[in-house]
Amino acid sequence: MTVVLHRVDDRLVHGQVVIGWGRPLDIGFIALVDDQVRTSDWEQDLYRMSVPEGVELIFASVREALRDLPGWRADVRRGIVLTADIETMAALHKADPAVDRINLGGIHHRPGRTERLPYVYLTDEELAQLRSLEASGATVTAQDLPTTTSVPLRSLA
Amino acid sequence: MSDELKGVVVCHGSLAKALVEAAEQISGIRGALAPVSNTGCDRELIEQRIAAAIDGSSAVVFVDMPSGSCLFGALQRRRLQTGVEVVTGVNLAMLVDFVFHRTLSAADAARRAAAAGEKAIRALE
Repeated sequence: MTVVLHRVDDRLVHGQVVIGWGRPLDIGFIALVDDQVRTSDWEQDLYRMSVPEGVELIFASVREALRDLPGWRADVRRGIVLTADIETMAALHKADPAVDRINLGGIHHRPGRTERLPYVYLTDEELAQLRSLEASGATVTAQDLPTTTSVPLRSLA
Repeated sequence: MSDELKGVVVCHGSLAKALVEAAEQISGIRGALAPVSNTGCDRELIEQRIAAAIDGSSAVVFVDMPSGSCLFGALQRRRLQTGVEVVTGVNLAMLVDFVFHRTLSAADAARRAAAAGEKAIRALE
């Protein structure tokens, strides 16, 4: 299996993903799964500027991702599947249970959310959605960088 | 003097605050630059912080990296507001140059500041 990280991060492609995780994991591709970004040429151009040479950045809608996930896993390169929100990652897990280890890397403050970690803010509904993911077989942890401690979902209540 | 350009410095962590303080210390000009940190921000919040710092004026937004969340927020603001230019790779030399040339157009001030910043980067042997 060469998808080495399934990450939820509302900043999408940025330094923590490309450098913080990308270098130690020696990634060859990032699959950015987001229906809105998939239709935005200027955002795609911007995110392309963020990836180093030798790393392919793939843009996919949820539907395209569900089609392509088996191929990403079979890829000889190591890759990251990246979504901006829990809902998108949950949709991937629901249709493809092999999306089973989910990293919360950055979910920031918005009205209705409360701080669970300095980089993870969740509404009660989002927390329930994550618990539901675990109940259906996924492992959900929060960890912004490989050098920090991985925090299990049960500690985020 | 209200038609002078604003400078907004957008960086990771607390770098913007330090750069603005250093530029003020060197130039003696205070209030021309506003720092914005991306700490705790998603893509929407960083753009909102930049918009608040610009406050409707013409402005040059200086960003630390030529990619990532700070640049995303700056470019999103530029798409929504005319008279906003973006310069990446901010350094002290370009900020000091900028604060003395805030009567230029935003585009001219951005070009000038970028040139001053580039000129300051040297490998001395």
